[in-house]
Amino acid sequence: MSEKENEYAVTTAELTKQFGSLTAVDSIDISIGRGEIFGLLGPNGAGKTTTISMLATLLKPTSGKAYVDGYDITAQKVAVRSSIGLVFQDPSSDEELTAEENMDFHGRLYSIPRSVRKKRIPELLSMVDLTDRSGDRVKTFSGGMKRRLEIARGFLHHPAVLFLDEPTTGLDPQTRRRIWEHIQMLNSERDVTVLLTTHSMEEADFLCGRIAIMDHGKIIALDSPEKLKNGLGGDLISIETENNDKLLLLLAGADWTGKPKIHDGQVSITVTEGESKIPELIRLTEGAGINIKSVTLKKPTLEDVFIHHTGRTIRAEAGSTVDRMRQRRRAFGR
Amino acid sequence: MMQAVFTIWQREVIRYLRSPSRIIGSLGMPFFFLAFLGLGLQSAFAIRPGGERYLDYIAPGIVGMVLLFSSTVSGISVIWDRQFGFLKVMLVAPIPRLAIVLGRTAGGTTTASIQAIIFLSISFFLGVRVPSPVGLVLALVFMGLIGLSFSSLGVALASRMEDPHGFQLIFNFLIMPIFFLSGALFPLDKLPIFIKILAYLNPLTYGVDGLRWALLGVSRFGPAVDLLVLSAVSGAFLILGAVLFQGAKI
Repeated sequence: MSEKENEYAVTTAELTKQFGSLTAVDSIDISIGRGEIFGLLGPNGAGKTTTISMLATLLKPTSGKAYVDGYDITAQKVAVRSSIGLVFQDPSSDEELTAEENMDFHGRLYSIPRSVRKKRIPELLSMVDLTDRSGDRVKTFSGGMKRRLEIARGFLHHPAVLFLDEPTTGLDPQTRRRIWEHIQMLNSERDVTVLLTTHSMEEADFLCGRIAIMDHGKIIALDSPEKLKNGLGGDLISIETENNDKLLLLLAGADWTGKPKIHDGQVSITVTEGESKIPELIRLTEGAGINIKSVTLKKPTLEDVFIHHTGRTIRAEAGSTVDRMRQRRRAFGR
Repeated sequence: MMQAVFTIWQREVIRYLRSPSRIIGSLGMPFFFLAFLGLGLQSAFAIRPGGERYLDYIAPGIVGMVLLFSSTVSGISVIWDRQFGFLKVMLVAPIPRLAIVLGRTAGGTTTASIQAIIFLSISFFLGVRVPSPVGLVLALVFMGLIGLSFSSLGVALASRMEDPHGFQLIFNFLIMPIFFLSGALFPLDKLPIFIKILAYLNPLTYGVDGLRWALLGVSRFGPAVDLLVLSAVSGAFLILGAVLFQGAKI
């Protein structure tokens, strides 16, 4: 392994996967630094799960290279598997076993010595608030509890990289929030690099330091959520005053306000880093003797970023996603 | 490797012990076969001139049936693991796939043998002749080999099955013929030649014959032949299961 590959938790170079005529993952290049929480954001069928499956050695790439924890995903599969944890999109616990037994089973498959298991399992179970249910069979658990158990299980062998495939899909808002907090806590306390896939904007925004937006197997944008959103040209500030026309003239004269517009009884301007421009705006307006009624700031969302790059909303993909999935299944020969 | 095999074996056994309804449910049909066929047909014919009672004759055959059903089902249950996502957990762990196959087949062999022992104990209450302790121990050897053969076959089949719907097909067109053509219920000597050939190609035939020798003291092929054939078959099926599982999809 070269120095460069080991410096990152994950690197890919033109990683590609084709299922028959469908190119599920199309020549992607990403580098994920150690300790990052990195998100693959995109609609269903964008190729996120396929990417993770390749990185986790469950699928063989059609072409391209990838390294996880410095190991080649095709030539050093077992080393890669020892370095990673994986939480699947669908539940994957043994329902007949208890939470603790599921953890223990997992620990033994990873050859974690008994003494370490005895110490870590209760720790992790308590971290995801399952201590009082540790002796219950998983089939009695709710969806959120199963997911928390599986996330805890993913951390059990202290992987260098943890893959989370749609960690909160199908869960209620409170549970999602708790799982996000658990992921953050485990990421910072255990220094585990996290690569997660999601089609939820809030999730990507809340958790990820950097995001790669995926669509039709390609990465169409990659940066921190802030920069992606700022890249759209900035925030929208709307200001309502007693004399909008005078303000419009005033703002049109300033060099940082872009092209101010009046609509719906408000003057609106597009600026970068809107929150830091508000005081300036207020000073300017009140200095000119114009009374302000209200000021609102609208930050662009990741949804806006996705629309900007693809011309579609993520949710509008729902219909064609099913078709893509069918296509993929056929390609699998099912 | 050994720890992984042991872990997967243990999971099979725990799952088995935790589902009493499955244990009892799967003993139902064999019990009725023994009770109704055995006791019902007892008066209708004597198998051999001056030979053993029909009930005693079919008891080892039905033990073979218990082993066949329960070990095949156990091997095939790999598809349920695939369905419920647990297979991926094992496949992504840093263990060789061979460990998964060995753990599963060892688990299937163990649980099928426990089923067979439970069934055998019940059969004594129906009036089946109780064998000598040595016979019982020898029967265990055959139970293990039958269990290993068919749980390996189950794993092999499951590796090539895409979804659980194919199970019914396998049960009706593979498992049932294997059972009926094993000499479990009737002697094979008087069968038409082409059925006889099929019966002689059937590994369970040697399993039932071996069990009958251990439990009843009568045998057609002799214990040495039975042991040899079964060992070869269980080894071959285990290799087949391991090879096919290597290529199994997630």
